[in-house]
Amino acid sequence: MVTKMQERTKRPEPLVTLAGAGVRRGGRWLVRGVDLAVRPGEIVTLIGPNGSGKSTTAKLATGVLAPDQGTVMRRPGLTVGYVPQKLAIDWTLPLTVSRLMRLSAPADDRTIAAALDETGIPHLAAAAVQALSGGEFQRALLARAILRRPDLLVLDEPVQGVDFAGEVALYDLIRAVRDRTGCAVLLISHDLHIVMAGTDTVICLNGHVCCSGTPETVAASPEYLKLFGAKAADSLAVYRHHHDHTHLPDGRVRHADGSVTDDCHPDDGHHDHGHDHAHGHDHHHDHSHGHDHAR
Amino acid sequence: MLDDFFTRALVAGIGVALVAGPLGCFIVWRRMAYFGDTMAHSALLGVALAHLLNVNLAGGVFVVAALVAVALLLLQRRGSLSTDALLGILSHATLAVGLVMLAFMSWVRVDLMGFLFGDILAVTRADIVLIWLGGAAVLAALAFMWRPLLAATVSAEIAEAEGLQPERARIAFMLLMAAVIAIAMKVIGILLITSLLIIPAATARRFATTPEQMAVLAAVLGAVAVTGGLFGSLQWDTPSGPSIVVAALALFLASLLPLGSLARGTASGQGSPQ
Repeated sequence: MVTKMQERTKRPEPLVTLAGAGVRRGGRWLVRGVDLAVRPGEIVTLIGPNGSGKSTTAKLATGVLAPDQGTVMRRPGLTVGYVPQKLAIDWTLPLTVSRLMRLSAPADDRTIAAALDETGIPHLAAAAVQALSGGEFQRALLARAILRRPDLLVLDEPVQGVDFAGEVALYDLIRAVRDRTGCAVLLISHDLHIVMAGTDTVICLNGHVCCSGTPETVAASPEYLKLFGAKAADSLAVYRHHHDHTHLPDGRVRHADGSVTDDCHPDDGHHDHGHDHAHGHDHHHDHSHGHDHAR
Repeated sequence: MLDDFFTRALVAGIGVALVAGPLGCFIVWRRMAYFGDTMAHSALLGVALAHLLNVNLAGGVFVVAALVAVALLLLQRRGSLSTDALLGILSHATLAVGLVMLAFMSWVRVDLMGFLFGDILAVTRADIVLIWLGGAAVLAALAFMWRPLLAATVSAEIAEAEGLQPERARIAFMLLMAAVIAIAMKVIGILLITSLLIIPAATARRFATTPEQMAVLAAVLGAVAVTGGLFGSLQWDTPSGPSIVVAALALFLASLLPLGSLARGTASGQGSPQ
């Protein structure tokens, strides 16, 4: 961990640098004037409304699109691992999880087993991809991307079709992968609540870069508030509070005080109610919590 | 051995089936059945043009089928009509134009039924050489671009982001389809080519767990259908092309039978009442 910190303070050379980059299609700028740098070990998150140019910016970074304006510098020989937004695989294509792992490059069984282990689905190696649930499939796609040992992991809204608890688990997993392999992560999301606390740099897009910086800076910037509304200001608080308990894979719940219960109930004494009321504007959080308990 | 017309038909038909199976899997996976049909129908325009310009028949068919594929790509980019409607226009327009052109060329005598439904019993030694050499070239090209093509089939986005150039694989695949149509036309006929591409692949799906298994199995099932169809055609004096398709259909219907659950059913029936 200490070495990681030192590495980060040294600010290694960026893997990808966009300088004033823009893409023009059909006489219209999809995105323009984007400046961003992704360094090894860094998690950079692109947020913005639909059609704000998040995917276009990611395509500039991976080299799928060439800029019509500005420059894109990529480290030579950069390996990219890509997790798409959503993917429907036709039933006619027989594809097991372990065959999916070999989709874009050959891989041996040990590497595949390790990647599936890391993403928590070692038992699904022989399963047909069409039989997986949304969360399992996203984990399989993530495993596929990381077993390439990428320098840069690009995830385009990787939690679509995954429920709220699953989203938190997936983002935790992405951070764990980054911590272990030291790869850089470029994350696209429109979900402010979960992303904010787990990312190093946030870039808020709306056809151009509205604001960028640490999650705290961005959350406090007027441009961000204008784009996402006042509710967005609570996104950090919501995320951190939600972590006062964790839903374990077997259905039990581990609370912030370390105890494990079979159920998750507001009156069980494990929830920090003082914290709850400290945030005046907590509507979303209350709602999602109430929903959890209803189950 | 190749003196006998029936043996020649068998060798040619199996050669076509071995190529059509793996290629047909991609047509099924990529949902391009109608696209394949359109390219096949355009073969008649290729036949007419080849007669008009007095060039090699298979060459003419290949060029016209490839041009139709390019035309479709360009029309798709304009984005005014749906792909479905565009295919409908191209498919029947090229077939009709080919028929009209052939009717105008009164100096050319062509066996129209032979082109439309195949004339496998008139296969020559030169045809067999074309089928096996051309087929080997198509299979080699398919094996060479297997990974990018499969990755592009699963997700064009992943293939693109990870540097596999799915667009290039897609265009190469269309050229392979044009080549298969050109070499298969004489055996199975313009109107029935798609069936030899699709039916064995669809039959193989039930028994395959990986894409590679499905491709190999489709080739084998295609060869079985050709053999069965030709023997049936000899036995009952039916047209060879349609007989092959009927045999392929019989295999497909047999694959739908719940054989696996029947076997399981008897096994559990013999076991405990639970």
